[in-house]
Amino acid sequence: MKTISYAVDKVGIAVLTIDVKDRPMNVMTAEFITDIAAAAEKIATDDAVKGAVLTSGKDAFMAGGDLKELVQVFEKNASTEEIYGWCRNVQQAYRKLETCGKPVAAAIAGTALGGGLELALACHYRVVGSDPKIKLGQPEVQVGLIPGAGGTQRLPRLLGLEPALRMLTQGNSVSPQEALKLGFIDAVVEPGQELEAAKAWVQQCEEPMAPWDKKGFRFPGGAGLMNPNAIQTQMVGTALLQKMTNHNYPAPIAIMSAVYEGSVLPVDKALDIESKYFTSVLMNPVARNMIRTLFVNKGAADKLVRRPQGPAKRPVTRLGILGAGMMGAGVAYVSAYAGMDVVLLDMSAANAEKGKDYSRELLQKRVEQGRMDAEKAAAILEKIQTTENYEDLAGCELVIEAVFEDRDIKAGVTAKSEAVISDDAIFASNTSTLPITGLAEASKRPEKFIGIHFFSPVDKMPLVEVIVGAKTSDVAIAQALDYIRQIRKTPIVVNDSRGFYTSRVFGTYSKEGITMLAEGVKPALIENAARHAGMPVGPLAVTDEVSIELSYHVLKQTREALGDEYVESPADQVIAKFIDELDRKGKKNGKGFYEYPADRKKHLWGELSSLYPPAAQQPEAEEVKTRLLYVQALDSVRCMEEGVVTHPADADIGSVFGWGFPPYTGGTISYIETIGLERFVREADRLHEAYGERFAVPEKLRTMAKKGQTFYEMADKSARQSAA
Amino acid sequence: MTDAYIYDHVRSPRGRGRANGALHEVTPIDLAAQMLVSLRERNDLDTAALDDVVMGCVSPVGEQGSVIPRTALLNAAYDECVPGKQLNRFCASGLEAVNSAAAQIMAGQSDLTIGGGIECMSRVPMGSDSGAMHADPAIAYKLYFAPQGIGADLIATKYGFSRSAVDAYAVESQKRAAHAWDSGYFARSVVPVVDHIGLTLLEKDEHMRPGTTADDLAGLKAAFEIPGQQAGFDAVALQKYPDIERIDHVHTGGNSSGIVDGCALVLLGSREAGESQGLKPRARIRGFSSIGTDPTIMLTGPVPSAEKVLKRCGMSTADIDLFELNEAFASVVMLFMQTLEIPHDKINVNGGAIAMGHPLGATGAMILGTVLDELERRDLETALVNLCIGGGMGTATIIERV
Repeated sequence: MKTISYAVDKVGIAVLTIDVKDRPMNVMTAEFITDIAAAAEKIATDDAVKGAVLTSGKDAFMAGGDLKELVQVFEKNASTEEIYGWCRNVQQAYRKLETCGKPVAAAIAGTALGGGLELALACHYRVVGSDPKIKLGQPEVQVGLIPGAGGTQRLPRLLGLEPALRMLTQGNSVSPQEALKLGFIDAVVEPGQELEAAKAWVQQCEEPMAPWDKKGFRFPGGAGLMNPNAIQTQMVGTALLQKMTNHNYPAPIAIMSAVYEGSVLPVDKALDIESKYFTSVLMNPVARNMIRTLFVNKGAADKLVRRPQGPAKRPVTRLGILGAGMMGAGVAYVSAYAGMDVVLLDMSAANAEKGKDYSRELLQKRVEQGRMDAEKAAAILEKIQTTENYEDLAGCELVIEAVFEDRDIKAGVTAKSEAVISDDAIFASNTSTLPITGLAEASKRPEKFIGIHFFSPVDKMPLVEVIVGAKTSDVAIAQALDYIRQIRKTPIVVNDSRGFYTSRVFGTYSKEGITMLAEGVKPALIENAARHAGMPVGPLAVTDEVSIELSYHVLKQTREALGDEYVESPADQVIAKFIDELDRKGKKNGKGFYEYPADRKKHLWGELSSLYPPAAQQPEAEEVKTRLLYVQALDSVRCMEEGVVTHPADADIGSVFGWGFPPYTGGTISYIETIGLERFVREADRLHEAYGERFAVPEKLRTMAKKGQTFYEMADKSARQSAA
Repeated sequence: MTDAYIYDHVRSPRGRGRANGALHEVTPIDLAAQMLVSLRERNDLDTAALDDVVMGCVSPVGEQGSVIPRTALLNAAYDECVPGKQLNRFCASGLEAVNSAAAQIMAGQSDLTIGGGIECMSRVPMGSDSGAMHADPAIAYKLYFAPQGIGADLIATKYGFSRSAVDAYAVESQKRAAHAWDSGYFARSVVPVVDHIGLTLLEKDEHMRPGTTADDLAGLKAAFEIPGQQAGFDAVALQKYPDIERIDHVHTGGNSSGIVDGCALVLLGSREAGESQGLKPRARIRGFSSIGTDPTIMLTGPVPSAEKVLKRCGMSTADIDLFELNEAFASVVMLFMQTLEIPHDKINVNGGAIAMGHPLGATGAMILGTVLDELERRDLETALVNLCIGGGMGTATIIERV
């Protein structure tokens, strides 16, 4: 056994220490599965062994499935039989442990997730260290999967349907104390005592059987369609699940079904049901999309996969922020939180102090919620120095400007900063729309000038878009990325262009929605179809939230900058009308495409239907969805074609984490790959014909479709070539 | 084809479907048996001549289980040669049972039958039989299941029936029902229910609230707002109806059908079978049809089922003197009137389930009887009886006097 060390102690307890080599955490590799089955067999057959304890040779108990392996399953076109067989194999190994006839306990001193927790659930007893940082849960659903090693069967048999379904369909993990309260672990002990406690239990265990293997087992809270609790839970649960997933995610409903169908069967049959649902979910491209983008590629981005190797790592200790508005205030908060000294500069110290209030409020909330002690909060706040004085920027390794989106203002603050900061300091602009190369013209050291584009609200949004100007150096890129890692956000690196990647492509979404309004598509249909397609907010609502005024400002600026090259969109006239004629600026001003009554929820402005009378023939919701998603996907391809985005993973991560492109798609590029390039091109050609130029298929995409290529395949190929 | 004639019908008064309801102490078997006894005695029926008794029941479990008509027949001391069968077409079960009993005659395979239905909702609550449609996650998901009240509110939203409009409909239902009772229009067919020592338990529909005003109703809470918004059903329904911004919850306990206990029976036979029993036919079953529509909005079956049966009978709405459409929810009837342009004074002329209640399995047979009595009272010829049904179905029957 390579992944499990097996040692029998003096009293006949076999201690199985799991340690999957070459992996930071224990994961269920093929070797591990063979080993655990062999270990179970050994425990069952060795007469000298009285019982067993499972523990980990690493900090964490076990992280679960090997996602990097699982993501390959889809690409490799594994057959139904193969996946089902693999899953049954795991289940049978765990089941063997559960039915070995001798007491088996799990001594859990660190995080146990997914298949790791499922292994613990297949033991007869679970004791966990009292460290609140330990996470216990079944997070499979968050990467588009379902538990496949008994989680959907054992957890409900321990907790009852409702609490188990909540854990399984939401994928949230809990602390040892919470797990004890819920009832899926048996004891919490002082850290370090787990193994002893487990051994002690093994020695006194008289009936080494899972509750569901004992005669007269009753499902906690009842199960089946003649049980009122179960009916209610399943009926309401299924509705809430549809509300949450809009029928876009196969995993949550597969979990609900596996739990229900399994709940009325004996456990062996029930496990079989689970493995069939696991198989169908793993074979669905949504699982591939979610694992690839949300786990594998996001993980790589977090570890700075795009960082130039040359420049030495240099953490930011002192950060300057220019402009204490909403963005500046947010950047100050996340940076101070990450331990940097922050100089928050605004026109007046009073303004800067107002920006600091943002951190004050957030920290106070954390203290009130008991998530931070007051001392630590005070120390973080202390790190933010407010000022109106550029001299205070001295010593900053990085300065980020977040002043008004105006080239002249930005040029002014750039010059003032550069007069103070050291030669090797990096100057970054948090512009969301203005090209970096142009802004860098105001810098006397454009190689140290870079774009670091945050999303609002900064403390909640996980993505940061790094924009490389024509003259930006590798050092600046490396420094920007090192900083982003410090504040624990996910970076993508893009090349300069108007709106870069995220603002540019996202703009196509709201514009398409507004265009449909102008065409006479019912506004409710536009908004609902967008949400049903998986976008977090409808295009009209989001334009209100960003502010129609801002859209108008960007539009005018772009039109001015591009001159004759500017392509008018039917949405432009709508936006102009809302500002120039209707004075409806958006949510902030209490009126936009929506009305915002004080006493109830916002609703679409009733006059929309007189301004843009609904056409007699309304499109199918599917058509609206297709337009809204295709327009974004196509512009993402253009970004790749133009070299704005260099890797499909960046396009995917940027779209999902930057503006909420639906995670089930895996991002704008994975969306195309899911549909299939050939079919996507055919459909885009139809949309081009029907709705105009913005749906024109980029040549690169047409060629790839013809050759049967995919974006990821090409990226892998070119990565291999440059490595060679 | 043999013609199927209606010779008689009886119904129980409808008891409040709660613990304080007058019929709560009566077992379903006893209630059905009392109606069977009454039908036999009123018509001096030789029960051995009966070929079949078909009864609708929506929750055929517990004391309504095990083929309730057969058990009730034996309990009512009908000749033991009379078989019984129970069927379920949700809210139209009672009408479907009549159609089914008539169909046997029309097909020439039976001569004399009874169709009807029963539901003691105070004793076997709605939903007692459960079902995959709403409780099996895979099925509820696939079908975009939402409870009927959500569908009723969705109809109101989609077709523009405001809260005050549905309330006004309900006030009228109460008014018509009270007037019909006061004028004795139901006297011929309602059979008082007694206890086993012979004391009368109930003579009149108990659910009614005569004198209800629009103001009274305006104060009631929307019944489906919480399940709609908090349990996610509005969101589910809007995934099927994405051109609606939000569902306006207008239905309350006051403008929806009441939960009640009740039973109704209809005696059917061929002309010869009636003659041999010395009975005079009162009406002929002209035709019937059932249909399925979208299960999510669920309650839009009545228009297409009416159109289907009219076409089958070679008739149009103009050929129908009176319409009877179960008042499951006000919006259901209002949509029917709006779509087929039926004037309010031709439909549910003596009120309906909003005022008097909807004993699920029995209602279809009950309203068929009610409208036959009214055709006779007004000396009119034809009526179309119709119900909206769970799962998106619709069942309609046309009768004509002879």
